[in-house]
Amino acid sequence: MKRILSTLLFLLSFSANASSGGVKLEEADIDLTDTVSLERGAKHYVTYCLGCHSAKHIRYKRIALDLHLDEAEILKNVAPLGAGIYDQMHSAMNGHDAEKWFGTTPPDLSLIARSRGADWLYSYLKGFYTEKGKPTGVNNAVFKDVAMPNVLWQLQGTQVAVVKNIDGQDVIAELKLEQPGQLSPKEFDKMVNDLVNFLVYVGEPVQLERQQMGKYALFFILMFIVLAYLLKKEYWKDVH
Amino acid sequence: MKQRLNNCSDWFLERFPLSDLWNEHMAHYYAPKNFNIWYFFGSLALLVLVNQFITGILLTMNYKPDAELAFDSVEYIMRDVDWGWLVRYMHSTGASAFFIVVYLHMFRGLLYGSFKQPRELIWIFGMLIFVCLMAEAFMGYLLPWGQMSYWGAQVIISLFSAIPVIGDELSLWVRGDYVVSDATLNRFFAFHVIAVPLVLLILVFLHIVALHEVGSNNPDGIEIKENVNWQGRPLDGIAFHPYYTVKDIVGVGVFMFFFATVIFYMPEMGGFFLEHANFIPADPLKTPEHIAPVWYFTPFYAILRAVPDKFAGVIAMGGAIVVLFMLPWLDRSPVRSIRYRGGMFKKALLLFVIAFIGLGYLGTQPATPAATTVARIFTAVYFGFFLLMPLYTRWEKTKPLPERLTDQPTIEDRIPGLIALVNEVTDVRQATDATGATVTQRRPNPAGIKAVLFRFAKNLKESLD
Repeated sequence: MKRILSTLLFLLSFSANASSGGVKLEEADIDLTDTVSLERGAKHYVTYCLGCHSAKHIRYKRIALDLHLDEAEILKNVAPLGAGIYDQMHSAMNGHDAEKWFGTTPPDLSLIARSRGADWLYSYLKGFYTEKGKPTGVNNAVFKDVAMPNVLWQLQGTQVAVVKNIDGQDVIAELKLEQPGQLSPKEFDKMVNDLVNFLVYVGEPVQLERQQMGKYALFFILMFIVLAYLLKKEYWKDVH
Repeated sequence: MKQRLNNCSDWFLERFPLSDLWNEHMAHYYAPKNFNIWYFFGSLALLVLVNQFITGILLTMNYKPDAELAFDSVEYIMRDVDWGWLVRYMHSTGASAFFIVVYLHMFRGLLYGSFKQPRELIWIFGMLIFVCLMAEAFMGYLLPWGQMSYWGAQVIISLFSAIPVIGDELSLWVRGDYVVSDATLNRFFAFHVIAVPLVLLILVFLHIVALHEVGSNNPDGIEIKENVNWQGRPLDGIAFHPYYTVKDIVGVGVFMFFFATVIFYMPEMGGFFLEHANFIPADPLKTPEHIAPVWYFTPFYAILRAVPDKFAGVIAMGGAIVVLFMLPWLDRSPVRSIRYRGGMFKKALLLFVIAFIGLGYLGTQPATPAATTVARIFTAVYFGFFLLMPLYTRWEKTKPLPERLTDQPTIEDRIPGLIALVNEVTDVRQATDATGATVTQRRPNPAGIKAVLFRFAKNLKESLD
C-alpha cells in the first residue's frame, strides 16, 4: 500500500516541473549526441547572448573536448576574438553598466537549463511579442515584463499577441508573425533549438558521459548481486 | 616470517580484546533467523552513513564555505574536479537515500513493535539519530548557497523567532546576523562537517551497543532467548556472522542498483533530490515564488503550515517529532508484531501511513485553502495515531502468540506468484513490427487489472480485521 502511494506521489511530481507559470510550453528537441547542433548553438550563444550573459562555469577547452573539436578551430569559429582556450565564457559587459541600462544584471546562464528547463527556454526565446509602452518595445508570453529585449528579432521578425478574453481575463491565445525576419519560422525554430541544446549541455557538461557510464556501473552491480545471492544461498543451506 | 606475524598478532591480542569484540558482536551474536526484507534497512543506513562520510570528506577538499565562493565552488566540483560530479551526486543522492532508508527502518519498528519493552532505549537512541540527521541535512542544504538553500534556511531559522520573549534574540544568535549570511554559512559548515557527524557517530555506536545488549526483535515479535539449547544458544537464532553478513551484502547490492540508477540517470529526481531553484545562486533580495523544503522534511513542514498560528505551528511541528520519542510508552498492547495485533492497530497504522505520505506531498505544494484543509485532517490523524494509542492498543483483541518463530514465504517463494500476477494483468499477443519480424507484445489487460485490484482490496480489508 505504502509503495503504491509513494509511486503515485513520484509520478505526480514529474508532471509538475519548475516555474511554468500556467503557460503551455513548446517542447524543445534536446539531443546532446548531436555535436553539430551543439557547435551551432555555441556559435549562436557567442554571437547573440555572450554580449550580456556570461556562462562562467564552462571553458572553451571543455567545449572543444566534449564536441570533439580542434582547439584552434573552436578559438577561430566559436570563441570571441582574443579569448584563450582555458578561458571561461565571460561576458564583456560589466554589471554596473548593465544595472544602469536594464535595471538588473543579466544572469549567468551556465545553469539556466537546470533551473528553468529546456522547454521553458525554448518557449521563452520564441515568446517575445510587440507591445507598445514597454521600454524594450516587447513583452514575453512566458516571462511577463522581462527586462530583456528580443535580441533575435532580426532573425525571427516581429510577433504580435492574439489576445482572447477567457472568464474575464485577457489570455494570450497565440503569437502571430507580423513581419518576417531573415529566417523562415522553421529555420528560426531550429536555430533556437540549437541554442537551447547548447544551454542544456552547458548546464551539466558531463551528463552524456554520466549516462554512458551508468550502463557499466549497473551491469557491474547486477553481477555483484548475482554473486552475493549465490553466496548467501550457499551459507544459508543449513538454516531451517 | 610467519612466526614473526604470529608474534605480532599475539602481542596485539594480549593487549586488545579484538576476538572478544568480534565474537560478541558478530560471530556469537545470535539474531532471529526469520528476518525479512524490512530488516535490511539497518545495515543499509550504516552503508549510507559511510558513503556520506567518505564523499563528504572528498567534497570539503574543494568546497569553499564563503558566501562569495560557495556556489561557484560547487559548480567547480561538478565540472573541473576529476570525478567531482560523481562524488557530489553520491553525496546529494545519499542524503535522500539516508532518509528513505531511515524512514523504512523506523516503519519496520512500528510494524513489528521493535520499540517495545525491553528495547525502549534503542528506539530513543534511534530517534536521537533521526533528529541529528535532520539537523545534519538541514545545515548541509545551506552549503551549496543556491536560492532554495538560502530561503529554506531563512524560513526555518525564522521559526525560532516565533518563540515568545526570547525568540528574536534566539534566531539572531543562531544566524549570527540579521539575515542568513556568510556568518551563518560558516557556522553551518562547521556543524555539518564536524559537530553533528561526531554526535551522529557516537549515537550510532550507542544504538548498536544497546541493540546487542537486549538482542534483535523479529517479525513475530517473540523473544528467541526463551527457547535455548543446552549451550544456552537460542534455538531460533543464527550467528550474525556469517549468516546475516552475507545476506546483508545482497541487500547492499540491490540498494546500490537503485542508488546508481538515480546517480547516473536522474540525479535531480525530478526536482526532489536537487531542487530546480537551487541552481540559481542565493540572492537575498529576490524571494522565490514558492519555497519548499527538500522532500524528507515536507511532512513536518506541512504540519507547520496546517496550524494557523505561527508559534502553535512550531509547537506542532516539534511535537510531531517529540511524540515519536514517547512511542514505547504510548503503546499498551501485550504483543509486539503486527502479525498478532488486532484490527484496530492495523487500521490506525494504515491511516497513519496515508496521513504521513499525504502530508509529505502537501508540503511540496503551495498552501491553497483546500490543501490546508486536507493538511489539517492529516495532521489530526498523525497526532491521533500516537495520542490515542494508549486507548486503542489496550482494548484491541490480539491473536495468540506462537511458541517459536513461524515460517513465512520468502521472496524466492513468491516469484511464481509474481509471474502469475504479471500474466494476469497483461495480455500477450503476436504482432509484426516495422521490419516485418514477428514480436511478442505485452499489453495491459483491463479485466485482469480490475480483478487483481478487487482481490487486493478484499485481502487488504480482511488483513485489517
